[in-house]
Amino acid sequence: MDSKNDMPDGPPEFGFETRAIHAGARPDAETGARVTPIFQNTAYVFENAEHAADLFNLQTFGFIYSRLTNPTVSVLEERLANLEGGRAAVCAASGHAAQFLAMFTLLEPGDSFIASKNLYGGSITQFGHSFKRLGWTCHFVEPTPEEFQRALAEHPEAKCIFLEALANPGGLIVDLEPVAGIAHDAGIPLVVDNTLATPYLLKPFDWGADIVVHSTTKFLSGHANSMGGAVIESGKFDWAASGKFPGMTTPDPAYHGLTFFETFGDFGFTMKARAVALRDFGPAMAPMNAFLTITGIETLPLRMDRHVANAQKVAEFLEGHPAVAWVSYAGLPSSPWHTLAQKYLPKGAGSVFTFGLRGGYAAGIRCVETVELFSHLANIGDTRSLIIHPASTTHRQLTEEQQVAAGAGPDVVRLSIGLETAQDLIDDLEKALGA
Amino acid sequence: MNQPDEAPPPLHYDDALVAGVLKDVRTIAMVGASPNWVRPSNFAMKYLLGKGYTVIPINPGHAGKEIWEQAVYAELGDAPGPVDMVDVFRASKDAGGIVDRAIELKDEKGIRVIWMQLGVRDDAAAERARAAGLTVIMDRCPKIEYGRLFGELGWCGVNSGVISAKRTKR
Repeated sequence: MDSKNDMPDGPPEFGFETRAIHAGARPDAETGARVTPIFQNTAYVFENAEHAADLFNLQTFGFIYSRLTNPTVSVLEERLANLEGGRAAVCAASGHAAQFLAMFTLLEPGDSFIASKNLYGGSITQFGHSFKRLGWTCHFVEPTPEEFQRALAEHPEAKCIFLEALANPGGLIVDLEPVAGIAHDAGIPLVVDNTLATPYLLKPFDWGADIVVHSTTKFLSGHANSMGGAVIESGKFDWAASGKFPGMTTPDPAYHGLTFFETFGDFGFTMKARAVALRDFGPAMAPMNAFLTITGIETLPLRMDRHVANAQKVAEFLEGHPAVAWVSYAGLPSSPWHTLAQKYLPKGAGSVFTFGLRGGYAAGIRCVETVELFSHLANIGDTRSLIIHPASTTHRQLTEEQQVAAGAGPDVVRLSIGLETAQDLIDDLEKALGA
Repeated sequence: MNQPDEAPPPLHYDDALVAGVLKDVRTIAMVGASPNWVRPSNFAMKYLLGKGYTVIPINPGHAGKEIWEQAVYAELGDAPGPVDMVDVFRASKDAGGIVDRAIELKDEKGIRVIWMQLGVRDDAAAERARAAGLTVIMDRCPKIEYGRLFGELGWCGVNSGVISAKRTKR
């Protein structure tokens, strides 16, 4: 047991910036390589038949096959768990895949859950249509504590509340703390998509959330070069006390009768998401994408500070422009969510927001076609600034009434503010709005 | 979480204490070790054996049989030779009696540590053990703590809390 001498002696609490660089990523044991190596590798040699059996039975920790675990991906998983202040994480091929892993681990066929109406459009489609075909029903509500409470009274069988704390696209902020209390009073977990804020701006676990999901494709990787997603658990939800999750607290036939909560305790949810959902459906994150995301996260604090500073300047400029009817950015005092932003996002209200043009649909199209520096595409969280006119693109198939309800009316333009010189972004928009 | 206030506050142990115990002990008497391979105690026993510990299973229902090729004894007093640590793999309500037996046997067996498993906690029994000079850890699993402090647990995405620029040695 030589390795016993290698045990650390009580690490102190490190700051966010330090953990963004170091968490999960000690130098490689074999080579001393300082940067996390890319294990572009499928399978791992067993020490012997007994070791193989132990790994398959989950009786020891180690690597079998990269669909389940990979040494590069696991560094990212530990880093994300650490930065969110959670217990454990499992990565997936995309944010959508991560949402599927979380919900497959929470829900049985015939179950329902409650979700905010103000979600990324792709999540609304995933929950409202594709999940329905798996026998899961999503009840969408206005994301206020009162509406979540009312929905739970109407659907007491619901198994979780799902929301985006800082919502895409409209700059809306949900009052997390009371919503977490409402979920816990019902014995169910609060699941928060923290993609737009990242743990640098907001830690949902600090306000009572139980599970956090991410599209790591966005601000975490930060450079628009790697698809990815993650599910992180706080480790604080008591699956046994709840009594509503037999999949966590009774022997699982998908794993030879193993009881995940009893065996793995406060990281049982993550183990089940990995050992059942990820194993059996297979949306694993590629090692190369994990490497790029790890590298991106090293500069997350610096980037987010600049993203929000630039967003604030651009939002203030737009609010003062005569061609602009309104700006929905929680960093502005005019925003109905400004007070919640000060409570939950004191470092800044993210860098994705919408604004409305007095000239309506035609002005929206003219704006996205006239900008030179903003990229006209469907993504957020890039170093580059991005622009889209939802009514003519992502929400084109909806009626005008539906577009307005989704915060994507004919006059709406969405921005994702990048890391360029703020004045260059303002100049570019000024030219486009004057055109 | 809006928990009722009868729930005791969560326990905190410094990594240095836990690492010190895992470095120090060699022989573990596991009270409540199960021969059923899907039970957590069976998992933990096999893992600890693999890390070089001597594990003596204690289980009256299986006395005289073997678990992972280790002879099972009916009770703590029957365990042969010295026992550094007693690992309590029983419900919290049964922990007190096991702790009191360990205190009785502490000089005879050389017992230094009482470890109660994940979900097992008896604050009064812990106080008695500490008064008798024993180190006590509750509501933790030695397998998980060993994996956490060695970086193995990070392999399945668990936040070890370990931050270090030193090369790991295997």
